[in-house]
Amino acid sequence: MLALGQDEIAKYPFLADAGQYLKDKGFTLEQFGTDPDLKSLVEKAFNRIEVAADGKIYHSDLIGDQASNQAALPREVFSFLLAIVLLKLSGMTTLIKRFALAEARRAEKYLEKDLANISDESKKQLAIRIIDDLFSVQVKKQDDYFVIPVSDYLKHSINFHEREWKLINRHVENGLVFLTPHETVRLIRKELGTYISSKIINAKTPPMISGFEEPVNKLISMSKKFTTFTITTGEYPPCIKHAIEILEKGENLPHSGRFMVATFLLSKGQSVEEIAPLFKNAPDYNERVTLYQLNHLAGTSGSGTHYSCPSCEKLKTQNLCFAIPECDNIINPLQFGKKRI
Amino acid sequence: MQENDIKFLEDSFKKYYFEHFDLIRVPNRTSEREFGFQKFNSGMTRHISIKDDKELHLLLMKNIPSDVYCSNACYSFPNLPMNEKDWKDADLIFDIDAKDLNLECRKNHTIYKCNECSEISTNSNNCSKCNSIKIEKKSLPCKNCIDASKNEVYKLSKILTEDLDVQQNDIHVYFSGNEGFHVYVYNSQFQQLGSRERSDLTDYIMFNGVIPETFGMKKFKPNRLSFPDFEEKGWRGRFSKEVYGSKSKRSKIISELITNGYSSFQKTLEDISDKIGSKIDPNVTMDIHRIFRLPGSLNSKSGLTKIFCNDLAKFDPYIEASFLGENSVHVMANCPIEFKLKNRKFGPYFNEKVSVPTYAAVYMICKKLATIS
Ligand code: SF4
Ligand SMILES: [Zn+2]
Ligand SMILES: [Zn+2]
Repeated sequence: MLALGQDEIAKYPFLADAGQYLKDKGFTLEQFGTDPDLKSLVEKAFNRIEVAADGKIYHSDLIGDQASNQAALPREVFSFLLAIVLLKLSGMTTLIKRFALAEARRAEKYLEKDLANISDESKKQLAIRIIDDLFSVQVKKQDDYFVIPVSDYLKHSINFHEREWKLINRHVENGLVFLTPHETVRLIRKELGTYISSKIINAKTPPMISGFEEPVNKLISMSKKFTTFTITTGEYPPCIKHAIEILEKGENLPHSGRFMVATFLLSKGQSVEEIAPLFKNAPDYNERVTLYQLNHLAGTSGSGTHYSCPSCEKLKTQNLCFAIPECDNIINPLQFGKKRI
Repeated sequence: MQENDIKFLEDSFKKYYFEHFDLIRVPNRTSEREFGFQKFNSGMTRHISIKDDKELHLLLMKNIPSDVYCSNACYSFPNLPMNEKDWKDADLIFDIDAKDLNLECRKNHTIYKCNECSEISTNSNNCSKCNSIKIEKKSLPCKNCIDASKNEVYKLSKILTEDLDVQQNDIHVYFSGNEGFHVYVYNSQFQQLGSRERSDLTDYIMFNGVIPETFGMKKFKPNRLSFPDFEEKGWRGRFSKEVYGSKSKRSKIISELITNGYSSFQKTLEDISDKIGSKIDPNVTMDIHRIFRLPGSLNSKSGLTKIFCNDLAKFDPYIEASFLGENSVHVMANCPIEFKLKNRKFGPYFNEKVSVPTYAAVYMICKKLATIS
C-alpha cells in the first residue's frame, strides 16, 4: 500500500485502512456514537451520503489541495470512514453504489489536479502511482502529455462508446498513447468507481453501534426513494437498454444517445419528470438544463414542435444501434416488440 | 471428391510430410497450444495437444490430414473443451487475402464450377448447362493478386513497427498456401489482450472509425493550425502524404478542406482508408481462440505449402511454395485458366486428358479442376 500523508488521505480516503486509521488516531467506533463532540462527525458522514445519493459531488472542507484548517483533515477522513460504516449498517446497495460513484468523481478531480500539477512533483508522482497500483496503467510524463502503453489504453478504452476513444482517434507513437491529464483520469473512471464500491462491499459490517441507529434508519428510508428510479427495461429494444445502462452507470452518453432515450421514453408516455432522474448520474448533469431540454423535446415549451424517436437507420450511423434478431423488420425502435400481423 | 482423387492427394501429401518435415515450424510453447486437423472429405478434429516434433510427425503420418492447424493462443489445458482450457495469451495474427482486396484482375481468373454437373463457366449465379445454383467459386490467383497482397503486408508492417513499437524481427510473414499472407507478431505488448481490445486494434490498422476531429477538422470554426503536417508520426503523418501530396500543396489543400466542410472531410477520410489502411481480415485478428494453419503444412485448397517468406519482395509462391513431386500423372483436366508453377506453364485445358507433374496435378485436383484418369 502507498504511504500517504495526512492531506493525501483526505483526498483519497478510500486508500486508507479504516480500522488502522481509527486506531492510529486513538478512537473507537463506539466513541462516535456517544461522545457529543464526535457525534457531529456522524452527521457529517450522513450528509456526505445524502449528497452522493442526490447525484452530486460532496463538497469537502478542502480548499484547493489544502485544508481550511488543521482539524479539517482528519474530519474529512473520519466522515468518509463513518459513511462506510453507516452504509454497511443500512445494507442498502443502491446507496453504496451511488456513494461510490460520487466519491470516485470527487477523487477524479483531485487526481486530475495532481497530475497536472507542475510545481509539486511529489503530488504528480502520487497520482501516477495510484493509477499504476490500482488500475495497472503505466503512466509516464512526456512533454505536455501523459503517455501510456497502447495495450493498457485498450483495456480501458473499450468500455467507452464514443468514437473519440477509439485508438484510431488518438495520438499513437512508439507503442504509446498520448493523453491529457483529464483524459488519463477519465480513462479509469469506471474502474475507480468499481474499486471504491468493492472496497465498501468487502468491508466488514460491524454490529449496530449505539447512537448510529437514527442515521441508519434514515438511510434505509432514503434508499426507498431510489427504488423507483430504475425504469423497467424489459420491453425496450437493445439500443435503448444500452443507453439507459450507460446513463445509470454515470458514464457519458453522447447527445445523440440522450436524444434517442428521451424521445423514446416520451413516446412511450413517460413524463418529463419521470425521465429527468435518468440523467442524474451523467458527468455534466444540470437539473435545470435537463428539464428545459426535455420539455423542449416533448414540445411542451418553446416552439411546440414534438420531436420523435430517430429511425434505426439513423441510430446505426450514430453507433447507437445494437441490433438483435428481434430487431428484424423494424425501422424505428418504437416498433420493437410489437408483433406484426 | 472421388476415391481415387483422394487416394492420389493423400499419397502426395504423405510423401511431402515424410520428406519435408523440416519445413514445418513447430511453434514455441508447443505443449501449450491446441492443434487440429482435417482429413479429405471429412470434418475437423480439434482440441489436440502435442508435446513435441515427434508427436506431430506421428500425427501427420498416421492421419495424412488435408489441413493442419495450431492455435495462436496458449492454454494450461489445450486438449480440454474451450471453456476449460484456461486461456493464457495469444500471438497477434493477421490474415491478408487477395480475394478481399477488390482487385480488377480477379474476374480474369475466377471461374464457377457446378456441383451438380461439373460444368465450368464464368457465370456466378447459376450453371449455364443444368441451371443449378449449387456452384463453387474457384480462383487461380495471379501475380497481381500476390503483389497487391504483399503491399498490404508492407503497410501492416509499417504501422506495427512505427506506431505500435513492434520489432521488425518479431514480425513473421508466411505465404498462406493459397491467395495471401499470414502475419505473426511475437513478443508484443498485445500478447495478453482480449478480443474486444484486438478488435479496436484492427480498426486502428485498417483506418476504420476515424473522426474528422482527429485530423484537425471541426464542425464549427475549424482552425488551420490543428491540421496534420508531414513530420508528424503515425496516422497524421500518413494522412499528410496521402491528402496533401507535397509540402507546397499543403496550405492550399487545407483551405479547400475547410471550405468543403465537415461531412466532405468525413468522406475524404473514408476514401483514403482503402489506400492507407491495411486490409487485414478483422475476424482473424480478433479471434483469440482460433486454430490457424500450421506453418510448413500443406494447404488443401492448392497443395502449396504455407511457407515462411525470408525476402518478401522477391518471394514468388509459385516457385517457392511448391514442393510436391515431379512424377507424371494422367489427369482429366477442365481448367480454362493458364497457370504457372515451378517456372512451367500449364493449361488452359478444356476437358482433356493430359499428363502433368504431380505438383501440377495436385494443384488442379485441389481446385477441383481435374480428376485422376
Ligand atoms: S435495430 Fe432499431 S431497435 Fe434494434 S437496436 Fe437498432 S436501433 Fe434499436
Ligand atoms: Zn450444372
Ligand atoms: Zn489476380
